[in-house]
Amino acid sequence: MSGRTTDDASIRVENLSVTYRTSYERAPTLKSMLVRRGRGERTVREIEALQEVSFEVPHGAVLGLVGANGAGKSTLVRTVAGILPPTEGRVEVHGRVSTLLALGVGFNRNLTGRQNVVLGGLAAGLSRDELAEKYDEIAAFAELGEFMDLPMRTYSSGMYGRLAFSVAVHMDPDILLIDEALSVGDARFKRKSFEKMRELCAEARTIVLVTHALGSVRELCSKAIWLHKGRLAMCDEPAKVVEAYTRFLDVGESQEVLEDV
Amino acid sequence: MDLKTQTGAASEPEAPTSTGAVKEVPAAAGDRDDGFTPERHVYRPHRVGLPPILPYARAVWRRRQFTFELSRTTLRSSHFNTVFGQLWLVINPLLLALVYFLLVEILRQRSGGAPFFAHLMAGLFVFYFFATAVNQGAKSVVGGGRLILNTAFPRTLLPLSSVVTAFMRFLPTLAIYAVMHAVAGLPVGFHLLWTIPIFTMIAVFASGVAMLFAAAQVYFRDLSSFLPYVTRIWLYASPILYYAEDVPERFKPILALNPLYPLLASWSDVLNQGQQPSAGLMLWGLAWALVAFVAGGLFFMSREREFAVRL
Repeated sequence: MSGRTTDDASIRVENLSVTYRTSYERAPTLKSMLVRRGRGERTVREIEALQEVSFEVPHGAVLGLVGANGAGKSTLVRTVAGILPPTEGRVEVHGRVSTLLALGVGFNRNLTGRQNVVLGGLAAGLSRDELAEKYDEIAAFAELGEFMDLPMRTYSSGMYGRLAFSVAVHMDPDILLIDEALSVGDARFKRKSFEKMRELCAEARTIVLVTHALGSVRELCSKAIWLHKGRLAMCDEPAKVVEAYTRFLDVGESQEVLEDV
Repeated sequence: MDLKTQTGAASEPEAPTSTGAVKEVPAAAGDRDDGFTPERHVYRPHRVGLPPILPYARAVWRRRQFTFELSRTTLRSSHFNTVFGQLWLVINPLLLALVYFLLVEILRQRSGGAPFFAHLMAGLFVFYFFATAVNQGAKSVVGGGRLILNTAFPRTLLPLSSVVTAFMRFLPTLAIYAVMHAVAGLPVGFHLLWTIPIFTMIAVFASGVAMLFAAAQVYFRDLSSFLPYVTRIWLYASPILYYAEDVPERFKPILALNPLYPLLASWSDVLNQGQQPSAGLMLWGLAWALVAFVAGGLFFMSREREFAVRL
């Protein structure tokens, strides 16, 4: 039934809406709940992070995702990764997903880089043997040297980003989701990661790249989406989207925006 | 083959279940056997409800290594910066037992002697296994923030890992107890094997309670501040600082309400009295363990898809 269409789209998002229910309070506590109940107020506020977003990404494509802060880019990526449930609509994903969400690898900063890689990999469902096999590649690509055996709290944000990227690309993903992580690497590492991503695309893997670096969108992407306040503002050729987005930002296509902001 | 295990593992046929959507089985079953066909996930809105249990259980089993690795690293990092290091795993329970022994001796104003100290130690150590599992378990989900936000995996692994951590902390105390057991001249024999099913039931009960509190902690962050007091009262209401038989008649009903009572009483019967546990107590304990495990597990699983949003 889905034979034909499954072949050309690796990600299909249909009418996706995601609504968060958050409370004003920093942390939900019993006291604040009692106070709230007592006053008969509800502090729960609904945030419509995404509204009726639809698009498709073919195999081997690089999708650039641009938009202002809070436009729903990270929410979209997390929904595609299956971490956040959609409120409405449907997301269909073909293949194994590897996520590189904003500095995603280390969840415990007191553990070493190595321990974080192992724990993250095991949580993602890799076996110990597979991890052992991949670990050297990951460490080599990240070029962290002895820092791999130091607690991650000693890392600079660039090193964090490099390790995260290295883990994500070495998980053999069919679909790689990258959320604003490249901006932290230095120029050399960035070039290296671009090459790695091109390599992955050549193998018909799909990449979704969330970034504020419009230059990378032009350089790398085959398609771009501009999200504005949770809605799909534009979905087109990268050059066109970048142009429209920069015009919208009202700064013109100055060098400032093309570089990493 | 390699590909297959990987697809199975990282593909999360269960990802939707653990994170919030109904999974659609690929159109043809043949699709899945073909290692070249990438598997397909469909994420859809969900109401609060349970993910399909079997795929979920399979996903948990597949990631069991994660559970052990997580508790190993937690353990290693928790005593990393102290002078005595891992020795604290032994010193801590020893001091604890000593403190309670002195306390009880003073309150009772008559000496229970070595056998009583052995009873207290055995009960205290196994109770602290339970209390650690529950306290750590309650914090596990809230503390696993970044991992939960970035990876799709069955969240039950987090509280279960706390139970494993508590078990690893419990192991060295067994050695201390063994010494005390010998010193007190308590009987040794095959009846001691009964401790295995009893401990297993306590562990199952602890897992259930840990999952329950872990999920509740997401909604009520002060739960973890209350918990130490809850566990302390629970300790006093358990036949540890006293023998179950010594409880005055009017307090018996309170003791009977304590889910840990049948298991702790059996524990002491076996270790301290050298008796076989009574079948009634064992079945009663088993019932509590199963009820807690099923209720805690179902509550946790029905809520876990919301965790990413709530953290």
